[in-house]
Amino acid sequence: MQQLTAKERMKIPRNPMVEQDPNERNKNFLEVNQGYTAQMAQEEAMRCLACPKPSCVEGCPVHIQIKDFILQIAEGDFLGAVHTIKQDNALPAICGRVCPQEEQCEQVCVVGKRGEPVAIGNLERFVADYEREMNKVEIPAVGSSNGKKVAIAGSGPAGLSCAKDLAGMGYDVTVFEALHQLGGVLVYGIPEFRLPKDIVAKEIDGLKQMGVKFVTDTIIGRISTIDELMEEEGFDSVFLGVGAGLPWFLGLPGENLIGVYSANDFLTRVNLMKAYKFPSEDTPVLQVEGKNVAVFGGGNTAMDSVRTALRLGAKNAYIIYRRSEVEMPARVEEVKHAKEEGVQFLLLTNPIQFNGDEEDWLHSVTLQKMELGEPDDSGRRRPIPIKGSEYDLDIDISIIAIGNGSNPLISQTTPDLETSKRGTIVVNEETMETSKKGVFAGGDIVTGGATVILAMGAGRKAAEAMHKYMSDKA
Amino acid sequence: MYKIIEARFLAENVKLFEIEAPKIAKKRKAGQFVIIRIDEHGERIPLTIANSDMEKGTITIIVQSVGKTTTKLNSLEKGESLLDVVGPLGTPSHIEKVGTAVSIGGGVGTAIAFPTAAEMKNQGNYVITINGARTKDLVILEDEMKALSDESYVTTDDGSYGYHGFVTQKLQELIDEGKKLDLVLAIGPIPMMRAVAEVTRPHGIKTIVSLNPVMVDGTGMCGGCRVVVDGKSMFACVDGPEFDAHLVDFKNLMNRNKMYAKQEHDALEQYNHECKLDKKIETLSD
Repeated sequence: MQQLTAKERMKIPRNPMVEQDPNERNKNFLEVNQGYTAQMAQEEAMRCLACPKPSCVEGCPVHIQIKDFILQIAEGDFLGAVHTIKQDNALPAICGRVCPQEEQCEQVCVVGKRGEPVAIGNLERFVADYEREMNKVEIPAVGSSNGKKVAIAGSGPAGLSCAKDLAGMGYDVTVFEALHQLGGVLVYGIPEFRLPKDIVAKEIDGLKQMGVKFVTDTIIGRISTIDELMEEEGFDSVFLGVGAGLPWFLGLPGENLIGVYSANDFLTRVNLMKAYKFPSEDTPVLQVEGKNVAVFGGGNTAMDSVRTALRLGAKNAYIIYRRSEVEMPARVEEVKHAKEEGVQFLLLTNPIQFNGDEEDWLHSVTLQKMELGEPDDSGRRRPIPIKGSEYDLDIDISIIAIGNGSNPLISQTTPDLETSKRGTIVVNEETMETSKKGVFAGGDIVTGGATVILAMGAGRKAAEAMHKYMSDKA
Repeated sequence: MYKIIEARFLAENVKLFEIEAPKIAKKRKAGQFVIIRIDEHGERIPLTIANSDMEKGTITIIVQSVGKTTTKLNSLEKGESLLDVVGPLGTPSHIEKVGTAVSIGGGVGTAIAFPTAAEMKNQGNYVITINGARTKDLVILEDEMKALSDESYVTTDDGSYGYHGFVTQKLQELIDEGKKLDLVLAIGPIPMMRAVAEVTRPHGIKTIVSLNPVMVDGTGMCGGCRVVVDGKSMFACVDGPEFDAHLVDFKNLMNRNKMYAKQEHDALEQYNHECKLDKKIETLSD
């Protein structure tokens, strides 16, 4: 490896992600980010100062050995690097794409104090893609069967990572999914242009090769209760990774007009059901082409929705958010991409009501301007309405993307499962164990809407505790 | 894959399917539904479970051809399969002994009312069934309904069979005769359900309707099936599908159900056109 001084390393500029041209990509569903070349990855890895106490590792929710894998990349050992990542992260190709690195590992990167941080996320993505594209993905060794059965509800990031670890330990793992396709929010929520479904499918194939069984079209709570799984179907332990999955609405007049969607409804139609190919695919979505579309919210789901609308040919695509850009929970990259693609941002603006015609078709939204006051409970400055600033904006389609509550299906059918006031499942944070013996939970159903990496971390933490629980029980 | 064990037309465009789904057959209760998808390009549509047979491990659904998916579904025969069947979904009917219970089914709604009517009888109610259809050929499940009823009526809009008139007229007659009705269940086209609600409202008769709005997942995730009940948004898939008829905003429901009318119309036209082409090709190659 080329020996460089710290000063020389700091001088190397950050390698920007290769992206599709904004005016091209806003008309297609292909992935926006194209990834690094091997040369770019090695050059980027040279920027790492290899700090003795790497703060990036602390900044990562699952403590990936970031310094180690970057050093491996610098040496050209790309497969070694991905193996290092996989010790802590079951799904690097996915996390390399959707993790908010700028708030985690990259935020605390020492190089970033004087310039731009090392592009840790881009590097993670590069080695995971390299491994996959070179057909070098190694199926993890599976321990000899211990004869114990585990049921996992939900095939999203929490369930998949939990399944992977337990299968590796020799458990007989079955993952139950409510929808007809595996992957949870990774396939119904996150659009193809941000996370290609092939990548999710490959990860799931790997789990199948490890012996994990997947059963689709199965709603735990309805078809089998948790008690039935454990008492009648012989499962020794159960993990609930069922996600948040109950969309919040604004509670405003006119919200049930035709043309007002939840982000889940809109994105599921377009992503999972491929409504953009209607009528060769049978699921419709309202005509977006040539229409004015407003998305309410400032998170990643809002960005996904508005960028999807653009790709479907929206004439005007707006993000309408009641605070300012600083307070937006979306990743910086998503906001940047949205702007480049032509999304219009109406900030410090809040809807008051949806207006429709005689037949309940939405035609406009009444909006009100806001100003920022004192910080509220979330630490962000509270938006306050400006009197007399109301105006109507012509809108054909509105998409509400203000988050999700907890889906009550499991808790309704499992009375002895403790839930919070918000409906989330209460767990011991160390073990992810619920109030019900042998039942563990993790991901959005515990935290409320959060990130893929946190869900994945929770799934792994639970797998370890489930292993201990089942070993002690034996 | 979910195999079709039995398939037969009950009336023009109305077909009964028995589908192999042993776990759902074991679990389902009256009032619940399944979501089906025919093939990998298919949309997910909700269908109420009309009956089930635990021993055979089958559920029965009754389908009226309306759009492309239901038309395609009704072209399937015994021995073919559906790609996806998921359920049971929705909150089961809450049926108790109340005294006299009336089950009203309009068209294919009769099939949906059937399991709940049976449950009314099981609970020891005096059961009156009124099954309406546009014309004689569209009357379904007459014998089945008769078998579980203490009184049963068939109405046809054109008078070609049974009582000449709408189900609401028959219901009004029963009320005018002084019959004390304790519960009315009405399932059918939205205008019929709305009309039934208006007949019972002045008499304060508890009235339940089963709603079938557009939905995707059926688990509360998409929120597309929201209906306005007592001024509040409810999700038909998890809060329903049964609601108090006197509190439902039928106008909004009716409008929302037309949301994809244009797309459905176009898709059906294209499908019918393709079917005709297929037949033409078949005859040419014969």
